[in-house]
Amino acid sequence: MTTNTAETIKTLEQLNAVGKAYRDEQDKYQYRVYVCAGAGCISSNCGAVRDAIVNEVERLGLADKVRVYEAGCMGTCAVGPVMLVLPDRTFYTELSDKKAREIVRTHLSGGQVVENYTFFDQSVGRHVPVIDDIGFFKHQVKIALRNCGAIEYGDIRAYIASGGYEAAYKVLREMTPEQVVAEMKTSGLKGRGGAGFPTGVKWEAAMKQQSDEKYIVCNADEGDPGAFMDRSIIEGDPHTVIEGMMIGGYAIGASTGYIYVRAEYPIAVERMKAAIEEARRRGLLGEDIFGSGFDFDIEIRIGAGAFVCGEETALMASIEGQRGEPRQKPPFPFQKGLFGKPTIINNVETFASVPVILAKGGEWYAQFGTESSKGTKVFALAGDVVNTGIVEVPIGIPLGEIIFNIGGGIPNKKKFKAAQIGGPSGGCVTAENLNVPTDYENLKELGAIMGSGGLIVMNEDTCMVDTARFFMDFIRDESCGKCTACRIGTKRMLEILERITRGEGEEGDVELLIELGETIQDTAMCGLGQTAPNPVLSTIRYFREEYDEHIRNKYCRAGVCSELFVSPCENTCPANVNVPGYMALIAAGRFVDAYNLIRQENPFPAVCGRICTRPCEKKCRRNQLDEALAICDLKRFVADYAMKNEKSYKHDIVFPKNGKRVSIIGAGASGLTCGYYLARLGYEVDVYENEPVAGGVGTLRRALRSNNRARSDDHVRNIGHGAGGGGSARGRRAICPWNRAGSDHQRQGPVQRSVHTR
Amino acid sequence: MDIPVSEVSGVVTFYSFFSTRPRGKHTIRVCLGTACYVRGGKKIVESLKEKLGVDIGGTTEDGRFTFEVARCIGACGLAPAMMIDGTVYKQVNVNRLDSILARYKNE
Repeated sequence: MTTNTAETIKTLEQLNAVGKAYRDEQDKYQYRVYVCAGAGCISSNCGAVRDAIVNEVERLGLADKVRVYEAGCMGTCAVGPVMLVLPDRTFYTELSDKKAREIVRTHLSGGQVVENYTFFDQSVGRHVPVIDDIGFFKHQVKIALRNCGAIEYGDIRAYIASGGYEAAYKVLREMTPEQVVAEMKTSGLKGRGGAGFPTGVKWEAAMKQQSDEKYIVCNADEGDPGAFMDRSIIEGDPHTVIEGMMIGGYAIGASTGYIYVRAEYPIAVERMKAAIEEARRRGLLGEDIFGSGFDFDIEIRIGAGAFVCGEETALMASIEGQRGEPRQKPPFPFQKGLFGKPTIINNVETFASVPVILAKGGEWYAQFGTESSKGTKVFALAGDVVNTGIVEVPIGIPLGEIIFNIGGGIPNKKKFKAAQIGGPSGGCVTAENLNVPTDYENLKELGAIMGSGGLIVMNEDTCMVDTARFFMDFIRDESCGKCTACRIGTKRMLEILERITRGEGEEGDVELLIELGETIQDTAMCGLGQTAPNPVLSTIRYFREEYDEHIRNKYCRAGVCSELFVSPCENTCPANVNVPGYMALIAAGRFVDAYNLIRQENPFPAVCGRICTRPCEKKCRRNQLDEALAICDLKRFVADYAMKNEKSYKHDIVFPKNGKRVSIIGAGASGLTCGYYLARLGYEVDVYENEPVAGGVGTLRRALRSNNRARSDDHVRNIGHGAGGGGSARGRRAICPWNRAGSDHQRQGPVQRSVHTR
Repeated sequence: MDIPVSEVSGVVTFYSFFSTRPRGKHTIRVCLGTACYVRGGKKIVESLKEKLGVDIGGTTEDGRFTFEVARCIGACGLAPAMMIDGTVYKQVNVNRLDSILARYKNE
């Protein structure tokens, strides 16, 4: 896209002229269409959409009215491919080539917005055509992401036209390194890679080092699973990273920069390469930039798939071509870093914020955020949330706002359980803490960390023990093996967690995990190891009861640890009814058998079939395909069917009388159920009830009252037996002598679940 | 290059992108990052194991696919995701796997 007339830029006039020429060119077009070409939209085939628009524009002869650009990630990855139409700022989502052609005809040619293809805001239940009205965007403050998705990533002129490289000019020509450092300190910017060390302080330390050579490194080894903001910035706005590094290089006195990108991001590598080459052609990288006498150039280093290389000392070892193993600090990198020279390593997002800070001033930047954590932070919102994608917010806004106002809440009417923040070094934030401001200090107090900004939302279907196991598996795998605490400690922790999720957990396991975790925190050498136990300790802190359930009851309430149950529906049923069993019997046409199978666990299938809240259906695997099986309705059906078939009562197995009597106070659902099963086990049972109608205060009673069918189906019969007034001290009457279920009724069935009410 | 074998081996075995065995024509990497894991990446792995008849790290007999898992390919908004060579496939489910693999079988 660069024109052949690319001239080198040496002066501010030349810089401004390039920007103005680009803007003038843009103004010639009535419509400018930005098609998102972020990694997400590429995998949704945005290329086809772009081609369709270009072809249709040409076919309709609109080429001088409409210009199509490729922009970086706009943030809403889940609804890609997306595009933005300027100047009216209409935001189209989930495009296809067919839809795109229609938009060209109706909107770009006809002037009518195609509202059906615009963003559908689930929280308000309608399409919201203008991007600035969409909840996802309007609560954001974009600084690091200011150009991401808003400009053409592949053209340096677009970056210059939006104010790019002006900060670099100002810094190189008008400021001393000391002034740059001072401005950075005023801004309060902290390293966005995770540790949160103040950038200005770090730069100052490197600036003061005496050395013939210094390096500045951009850490784009975004290894945290669940984080993809660095990727989006590099792919959508590579020049801001170059400019940020240039300013940093000037401040500390480095003339060489390295960008360490992970190999998993081929598109980021490609675009960054192109941007660096273009900057070189324009003289914005190389010797004597802006005639200031300052030389600076950047090289890309591609990682080879090792999480630990995101740790700064390991990253430097990797750039040097060695195993990416961390080493002890001190000496810190600013003293003795890459190739033994003073080195500053900052994260992509940190560098992306630098040009704005220098252009608008540290004070301006410091107005955002909280007292101790200034500015904005980019989060990668993913997991069980409606609007997954990239968001940038002022530091300190409550997590709940990010998840519910911007993220649009949890899809499929599921419940929020926890947000995992900070990746494998982070922890969980639970529902009680959704109002806590997300800044570095508060998150730390909650046992999580800001980290690089990966924010994974988890719903009720997530097992926290399994999540801890997942992270520990990750860390165990990625541990470089240099220090014992991390190498062996994480393996032992993983073994314990695996045992628990298999249902082989023992008392004391949780205590052992805590002890191991704290030891690793204290003794591991690098940041990766020291933070490795965090996900486990954090889940123990907030979800201890889930660990205990796994260990003591062999029960996984989320239905994830598959070795603890047969099926998710049965696992979640409070009565543990064998749902797959009776579904299969129904499918085979054996309705009465299905009914009897249900009655093994639940004596009131017909009532249950009418009133149950059906937790089983929420967990039904079929949901993933279309919708849940109608488990509850089928239960009602077999119960009603069995009602017509008295034979069904013959098959209950009853133990011989054991000569023991049990009295049950209260003929509610549990009283009646206990009575039923105790009678089957051979006890003589009396149920006492104060009310004239059995069924307790709950739904069972309403069902018994309102529905004859349910009543008789479940054998709840009035047998007119007072049981000799053997009531309790409160004068309750014995209403249900279940000893009637004895030999008299053996033929009819072992248990007359008979309740006397009068 | 005058570098001891031990050092080369140390570096090669450290990084997951280096391999000492011949690789298949295409590399499948199923993402098992947190978002993909939460959204069912494990099921994709199990299903691919069965379909390809190889374990994680293995190469199919016809030399067409090498099957690996990735730690996070940064497509978390599109979970569960997988990558074949440089192409990212979003929101993969077990039923879509056959059609995705078929694209690579007829070359």
